[in-house]
Amino acid sequence: MSDDPIIELEKEFKESLKKGLSDFKVGDTVRVNFRIIEGDKERVQAFEGVVIRFSGAMHRRTFTVRKVSGGVAVERIFPLYSPKLESVEIIRRGRVRRARLYYLRKLYGKGARIKEKKGIRSSGE
Amino acid sequence: MVTGLLGKKIGMTQVFKEDGTVVPVTVIKAGPCYVVMKRTVERDGYSAIQLGFEEVKEKALNKPLIGHFKKRNVPLLRYLREIRVDDPSILEGVEEGQVVTCEIFQVGEKVNVTGWTKGRGFQGVMKRHGMSGQRDSHGSRYHRVIGSIGMRKFPGRVHKGKRMPGHMGTNRVTIRNLEVVAVYPERNLLLVKGAVPGHRGSLVIIRKAG
Repeated sequence: MSDDPIIELEKEFKESLKKGLSDFKVGDTVRVNFRIIEGDKERVQAFEGVVIRFSGAMHRRTFTVRKVSGGVAVERIFPLYSPKLESVEIIRRGRVRRARLYYLRKLYGKGARIKEKKGIRSSGE
Repeated sequence: MVTGLLGKKIGMTQVFKEDGTVVPVTVIKAGPCYVVMKRTVERDGYSAIQLGFEEVKEKALNKPLIGHFKKRNVPLLRYLREIRVDDPSILEGVEEGQVVTCEIFQVGEKVNVTGWTKGRGFQGVMKRHGMSGQRDSHGSRYHRVIGSIGMRKFPGRVHKGKRMPGHMGTNRVTIRNLEVVAVYPERNLLLVKGAVPGHRGSLVIIRKAG
């Protein structure tokens, strides 16, 4: 139903918050530049890891990035349309066969590697 | 000035503030309402305005109601609710037949939202009153029941008001001091921070807080 006011509002929110991010996908290794407030200053903090899932629709969409830092695995969820999300740099394209890489949680070290995807490189949102 | 409005709960979503924080909001189709009647102290013993909301076909109403609307030259409306006003001087300048829209609310303003909660039917004591219930394992065959409801020969009866299973939901509930996050007058939409009682499509009354 297109006459649902919520769908209309969400479409507008999505349009207004669009900012041309790189088209990273599940399995890619990315560096997320996210603005954080530290005391009374604002600075950009980078979070580097593997994208393991996308979730939600419209402007509510989020993605989860997983990294292993000092032997401790950290997963962080970022709202894709957050004004605080500065940019997402793709470091490495991954070739994966799943939309949700939950299996990575059970793997570590060499087992947790993802094959690099070669060839196709598209740009845009 | 009219201090309240009738509306319909549409559903929930979220918005981003400029600083990036996410605010959960309820979308309400608020108005347009018509002032169908003014209650005055002289005639009715209290002062209030009667608001009507959502136009309907003639066959949906009975003759007395149709007459009630035609007399004041307003469209036929599904819902009629009164907004009580303590100080009659607030209602100066409000005319019967006048249209009220969500423009009466400003972003950042606090409102109270009244609605009827979702009906839950006959519910046990764990869901209805949040009691703990009994153990699920270790040979227990006594899981979600209420347990003891009293003492012994003294007092020899169950205390009045003892919380027990029964009907839950469909209560009139007012959520107070919700912040107005956005107003869309051209679409009659109101975005209010937080949740609001009732299922989607249910009638809500929005009143200015304080």
